[in-house]
Amino acid sequence: MGRYVIRRLLQMIPVFFGTTLLIFLMVNVMGDPIAGLCGDRQCDPATAAQLRTEFGLDKPVWQQYLTYMGNIFTGDFGTAFNGQKVTELMATAFPITIRLTIVAIVFEIVIGISLGVVTGLRRGRPVDTVVLILTLVVIAVPTFVTGLLLQLLLGVEWGIIKPSVSSEAPVDELIVPGLVLASVSLAYVTRLTRTSIAENARADYVRTAVAKGLPRRRVVVRHLLRNSLIPVVTFIGTDVGALMGGAIVTERIFNIHGVGYQLYQGILRQNSQTVVGFVTVLVLVFLAANLIVDLLYAVLDPRIRYA
Amino acid sequence: MLLEVRDLHVEFHTRDGVAKAVNGVNYSVAEGETLAVLGESGSGKSVTAQAVMGILDMPPGRISGGEILFKDRDLLKLKADERRRIRGQEMAMIFQDALSSLNPVLSVGQQLGEMFVVHRGMSRGDARAKAIELMDRVRIPAARERVGDFPHQFSGGMRQRIMIAMAMALEPSLIIADEPTTALDVTVQAQVMDLLAELQRELNMGLILITHDLGVVADVADKIAVMYAGRIVETSPVHEIYQAPAHPYTKGLLRSIPRLDQKGQELYAIKGLPPNLLHIPPGCAFHPRCPMAQAVCRTDVPPLYTVDEERRSACHFWKETLDAR
Amino acid sequence: MPEQKPWDETTGSGAISGAGAGGGMDLAMDEGTTLEKTPGGPEGTGPAGKPRSLWSDAWRDLRRNPVFIISSLVILFLVIISIWPSLIADQDPLDCDLSKAQEGSQPGHPFGFDGQGCDVYTRTVYGARTSVTVGVLSTLGVSLLGGVLGGLAGFFGRGWDAVLSRITDVFFGIPVVLGGLVFLSVVTSSTVWPVIGFIVLLGWPQIARIARGSVITAKQNDYVQAARALGASNSRMMLRHIMPNAIAPVIVVATIALGTYISLEATLSYLGVGLKPPAVSWGIDISAASQYVRNAPHMLLWPAGALAVTVLAFIMLGDAVRDALDPKLR
Repeated sequence: MGRYVIRRLLQMIPVFFGTTLLIFLMVNVMGDPIAGLCGDRQCDPATAAQLRTEFGLDKPVWQQYLTYMGNIFTGDFGTAFNGQKVTELMATAFPITIRLTIVAIVFEIVIGISLGVVTGLRRGRPVDTVVLILTLVVIAVPTFVTGLLLQLLLGVEWGIIKPSVSSEAPVDELIVPGLVLASVSLAYVTRLTRTSIAENARADYVRTAVAKGLPRRRVVVRHLLRNSLIPVVTFIGTDVGALMGGAIVTERIFNIHGVGYQLYQGILRQNSQTVVGFVTVLVLVFLAANLIVDLLYAVLDPRIRYA
Repeated sequence: MLLEVRDLHVEFHTRDGVAKAVNGVNYSVAEGETLAVLGESGSGKSVTAQAVMGILDMPPGRISGGEILFKDRDLLKLKADERRRIRGQEMAMIFQDALSSLNPVLSVGQQLGEMFVVHRGMSRGDARAKAIELMDRVRIPAARERVGDFPHQFSGGMRQRIMIAMAMALEPSLIIADEPTTALDVTVQAQVMDLLAELQRELNMGLILITHDLGVVADVADKIAVMYAGRIVETSPVHEIYQAPAHPYTKGLLRSIPRLDQKGQELYAIKGLPPNLLHIPPGCAFHPRCPMAQAVCRTDVPPLYTVDEERRSACHFWKETLDAR
Repeated sequence: MPEQKPWDETTGSGAISGAGAGGGMDLAMDEGTTLEKTPGGPEGTGPAGKPRSLWSDAWRDLRRNPVFIISSLVILFLVIISIWPSLIADQDPLDCDLSKAQEGSQPGHPFGFDGQGCDVYTRTVYGARTSVTVGVLSTLGVSLLGGVLGGLAGFFGRGWDAVLSRITDVFFGIPVVLGGLVFLSVVTSSTVWPVIGFIVLLGWPQIARIARGSVITAKQNDYVQAARALGASNSRMMLRHIMPNAIAPVIVVATIALGTYISLEATLSYLGVGLKPPAVSWGIDISAASQYVRNAPHMLLWPAGALAVTVLAFIMLGDAVRDALDPKLR
């Protein structure tokens, strides 16, 4: 178990540096990191050259990357376009996005797994067919369309929710945005649970449980569900990172001032420090989520624990 | 009689049509008696057993006729919950592949103890003590230390002992063992079979032993039922059948066992393939493969002819078969 | 041999799990794409049944599957109008009249006008070309790159495999919409190429994983081991024995991915970094319409509906093909 964790941690190191380097290159090589620094105008050549030296942009890219990473590990994420420290932006943005993500994950777990279990146990019946078609529709309609439609219906037409979320973003205002953010993953969780339940329902050990004379409820919950949820837990865990990164669309629709909003501003204003800083933290979150999933996997499946 | 299966019919509805897996099976088991059910893959021997246990997948399976009398009650007429209470308490089943038949994520102690928790309402702690006791009884070394281990941590033979322990847990009166030793090494097979026979004697249980291994049968069975294409083709006490089979199929099975005194000769094999259950041949289902087949075999389904008091054969020419040794 | 239930067609067990990795490109990911090969069940060997292959079996199923028929017809229609949009739309999508902005349906303009006074019907028809082009070309690129790299990693294993696994991990670590914003915000071209390039760049690891997994499974098949033992060359093994067996999951995942790539293009265009005007794209139109949604919801609903139907058609096609290739789940 200990060796397993260490191996996974070691495997994450190249992934961390690879991912951050990739983002760093995208921002600093493809784009022009100083373009946003002179306001809306183009910088004049002299200022530009001065800024380049000041930010070390005249050095080779790998040196820039190392310097940047070094700064990050000392807690210096640089300065955003409006003169605020990037870390300050993070301090206000991350709690909001984390709340939004938690709401989304709760939806995935509660609705996704319930629907998956119900349909998995009733494969081929009407309820199964209807839910399956619904999941396909949810997957097919892009999140931003779902979001705009829900905002139009619930917010504008019926007035059930506020069309845009206030700047504190309390949990009750995040329910509909959370559902929108979760929608596609929710459909995947439903389908994944359904498939997993249906596959395991035919497993020999389920037949054994029935032959032992266990009540159906116990067969389903203790034997079938416990095994079937292993891949689902894996999916939901890895989805945490994807949700936080994908929140950008939802946050834009509902005007939520979270990570996606700040990133979007950073990109619009070509502020490379904001972009790379936020993305680096997101990558860390993603890797941490993956590690937790691996550990959870080992807890849930003794065959891995003792391998 | 402990168990009596009467004219059982089971079919499976598949995309390609209706597969008739069991077509009028009759057999019975008394307390303390061992019935060996013999047959190739697809002969319906496992399906019959699953119907008795009540663990048939329905759908696609369907019991289309017959009775299953257990202690004079027709199991097919019981409510689902009554049926469930019989499973595990009064009849239990041992499966072929213990690794896949045990739940991979629960410890063997939990899986054994579960029987006592569910059927006897015991506390978890008491159930654990019972689990250790059971593991001792099937002679698993260091039971106390290993009760928290998971199935994959045991060897094949040990796993099958755990399956046996689970089946014996509540001292049922009938055990159905579906190819209990097929997946094991030859050396381990005998040990497991001996353990099963020993426990059966101690508890005076009825045992249905499903197998295609004639060697296993000779040692432990009291009587034999041979199945082909969902029908019983021959029933007999165990010794008579080895000496003089009354059905050409049984005869073919016996001849295909390699024997030491036939060294150098070519091994016998029944020609042809097992029948397709979607299209069972008319008349005697065995006729396309039978060396003795006549015109009548292609048209008339043979009834179970009475050979003697204890023997039956579903062959129009059982007399000729008996004589032509 | 263990007794086989007569209705159970499957004998092999080659489960390939596509799940397990959410991460970046999870738009296109579906539940553990498990495909089982059927080397020949009881019917395959039985005297009454003729031998059937995985593909002919699947085709027999698909022909009878209404989901497959409907989605194929929708896709056929989409392909035709993206090649010849003038077949059903005789106006120019860029011919706009500001004085008619936001007007509703009227004769000759069944879907009304958008915020710039362009005909919504014509723009919706022409939008199909963009979506289909992005979808098809991205899928081709992703499948080629991912299929070849993943296949090689699965076939040669060891070093290749370790390197590929780490590289795919890196790409999976980048949330896809975010990557799109960063990567495409610096591009000014209004053609489809940057978007396609981006999708291929971030999409190939997903296919590579699937291809790797299915090649490894195919490699373990007994007949492949036998071919190896008989001294078949690597290229012959790859082409004759492994490819035909390993390609099914790749096709399934790629078909489903095609739908999600279309959705991704629209999302990126909605965020203002995908296609840029004067390109005609449903994403651009939806983005523009979202500002007027209170007054003129028709501007949003038509392109959004077209987008949803298109994506749905491809996802359903992939789903039907997967079901047909995976008899275990029936």
